[in-house]
Amino acid sequence: MPVSKPILFNAEICTGCNICADICQVDIFIPNPEKGKPPVVLYPGECWYCGCCVMVCPSEGAITLHHPLMNQVNWIAKSELQTPV
Amino acid sequence: MQNFEWPYPVEWDKEETITADVLVLGGGIAGCMAAISAARKGQNVVLVEKGATKMSGAGGSGCDHWESAATNPCSKITPEILTNAMLDDNNGYNNGISHYIECREGYDRLLDIEKMGGKIRDTDDEFKGAAFRDEKSKLMFAYDYESKITLRIWGTTFKPAMFNELKKLGVKIFDRIMVTSLLTEGGRQGNRCVGATGIHTRTGKFLIFRGKASIMCMSRPARIWMFSSDHTGLCEFRPTQCIGDGHAMGWIAGAEFAMMEKSVRTEFSAAGRSYPPYGTGNNHNTWYGASIIDSTGKEIPYADRDGNILDSVEKRFLPVKGQPFFLKGGSVDNPKYVYEGPETLPFSDMIEKGYKLPFYADLSCLPEMERKVIWGMMIGEEGKTRVPIYENYKNAGFDPEKHVLQCYGTGWTSASFLPQERQLFGLPGGFLNNWELKTNIEGLYVAGDSLYASNCYGHAAATGYYAGRHASKYSSRANVVQFSREQVDTEKKRIYTLLQNNPETAIGWKELNMSIAKTMQTYCGDIKYDDLLNTGLLCLQEYEKKVVPNTYAYNPHELIRLLEVFDILTVSQIILHSCIARKTSSKSLCFNRGDGPRSEAGNDKRLITVKQVNNKVVIDEIPLDFFGDLKENYKKYNKDYIGGN
Ligand SMILES: Cc1cc2nc3c(=O)[nH]c(=O)nc-3n(C[C@H](O)[C@H](O)[C@H](O)COP(=O)(O)OP(=O)(O)OC[C@H]3O[C@@H](n4cnc5c(N)ncnc54)[C@H](O)[C@@H]3O)c2cc1C
Repeated sequence: MPVSKPILFNAEICTGCNICADICQVDIFIPNPEKGKPPVVLYPGECWYCGCCVMVCPSEGAITLHHPLMNQVNWIAKSELQTPV
Repeated sequence: MQNFEWPYPVEWDKEETITADVLVLGGGIAGCMAAISAARKGQNVVLVEKGATKMSGAGGSGCDHWESAATNPCSKITPEILTNAMLDDNNGYNNGISHYIECREGYDRLLDIEKMGGKIRDTDDEFKGAAFRDEKSKLMFAYDYESKITLRIWGTTFKPAMFNELKKLGVKIFDRIMVTSLLTEGGRQGNRCVGATGIHTRTGKFLIFRGKASIMCMSRPARIWMFSSDHTGLCEFRPTQCIGDGHAMGWIAGAEFAMMEKSVRTEFSAAGRSYPPYGTGNNHNTWYGASIIDSTGKEIPYADRDGNILDSVEKRFLPVKGQPFFLKGGSVDNPKYVYEGPETLPFSDMIEKGYKLPFYADLSCLPEMERKVIWGMMIGEEGKTRVPIYENYKNAGFDPEKHVLQCYGTGWTSASFLPQERQLFGLPGGFLNNWELKTNIEGLYVAGDSLYASNCYGHAAATGYYAGRHASKYSSRANVVQFSREQVDTEKKRIYTLLQNNPETAIGWKELNMSIAKTMQTYCGDIKYDDLLNTGLLCLQEYEKKVVPNTYAYNPHELIRLLEVFDILTVSQIILHSCIARKTSSKSLCFNRGDGPRSEAGNDKRLITVKQVNNKVVIDEIPLDFFGDLKENYKKYNKDYIGGN
């Protein structure tokens, strides 16, 4: 298992065009050996989390980028803050 | 990874030679603008980029504010006053030349980028009537709404616009090529730069670039002290592949560097330990002006520089009475009193007063335009924020009118680091330049964050364009010089021989990077001692002699990562030499010595420069203000530009 999975593909939407793989400045993807399938994230640890792969994707919902679990941040409704008694 | 067959043809044995008038090394902000400028001067331009030029570099995915545009029609501050303030704020340890260029030409570049298709003003009237918007020009300002020197911009549109312009101008772009070394006349250190070598990051093919003039635009070093093998991409603030290759090859070619002894305790986005930049509760940079509240909903007050509590949100964006402007932004850490702007009261005071942790950023109580411009425009346009912060948080239900976003650590840095965990951040060292943005090497120019004491998008664009102009002037007078075959063959040997090593016993790039980082933390931490610095240097020299020849890479991609670590090893040695050369502590350089005088004596207030001559390290020093009168010298060197070219 990789330490974290920055990028997930929805194989049903992704057309395997590799535009994401070609924009990635770190070059963490390789094209899938099977034509038309989503690229392989070969080097997930090198991801810089810039989001360019998602920005250039022509098929909405085909690719998502998420910060690793340790970097997920918290928000709360202001109304739920505990005002002092 | 061995489960996948390498999908690209492997071409270790192929070689190609490309010839240009002007060679641009690195296709980030500075590199693109340098190439555009040289192409407009009629030069045959080749741009070499490790990633994909369209969106690569620190600013490729976006940028939300453009600093120091002192010549924009609304600015109340002259380039001279602003540059002098930047110099004074750093006690002179700053790049007067490059920041003057930034202040003087930055706005010209913005207009240029607008013509290329970038969005620099609120043409959709989304923020009509906002306090930060100039109604006539529709320009929008950040931080100090009075002096109007920093603009809010739609930075996601910029890099693709520059890319189209490059293509329109016929610049030949070589993407996915890592530049590995500079070629010098006769192969000798310190001689004229006649080109560069590179290798293809997917095929491993070797390339030789010949150029009459070359422009170094590969940004600055990283991963010297901070490393994570699991999250290499989150080791530092800048892109994974930007680790200071340019500095390393410059050093080997004989280029001179300044301020390389400066490093700061890690502040931001490092080793995966901090939380996502601009993605947590804070009130700096992109988030400047946001309200900060404690866990009971009580607001942390903003105060002016004298500690007077501000009674309205509007005042967060205004200098105090009698203060012409305040400084804020990427390169400003702890501004002097004269330049200090509003801030929330110090964290420690709030704890003493019983404010309850954690704190949160609260946009809900801001005037609508202020909220919309932070959560929307700025978060949508800043680097690394549009997708992972703006879209993802929105999709997960974050509503800035309702929710408050948690702060981590004790301030805007979103993490706490140890004193020996250091980085080159803010205004670190780099290539020394003259008024043509030329290095000490003939034919080698430099721009952007490769320059010493440099930072920021507008600075990179302005210096890139400027270097392109001056390199073109040189190139149109110069001829192409044949490179040294011996130098090329030595470089090929350096790169490819290690592929013959035994992968079972050889060392990979991660192990070497980790070892360098540990060595630097051990011997070149917060407090410097000559004995330790020298021991560290010996340790790194051993790595170079014994470990580097015994490394291995499975494919071209891993070879690139390995060559990067070799460069990190070289840069670490430049840093150690520079630290050894500075004998007294210097607050301005965040440089502490345990074995010398604690503070600088008057005659230590100089730039220490380092370079190699015949492979020997040569230390020199020059006055901090070696660049002379800013306005006069700028005029002297830029008559054609001032004339409207
Ligand atoms: C997340 C983020 C947000 C930022 N926001 C702002 C902002 O709002 N305002 C602001 O003023 N500044 C901002 N900055 C800083 C600004 O982006 C940089 O100062 C600017 O991009 C520097 O330009 P540059 O051309 O020197 O370097 P870069 O733009 O980083 O370009 C360097 C290029 O060199 C290439 N390269 C490196 N090594 C090699 C090699 N060996 N061979 C070939 N190519 C190579 C890289 O791939 C890269 O494309 C931000 C930075 C980051 C990381």
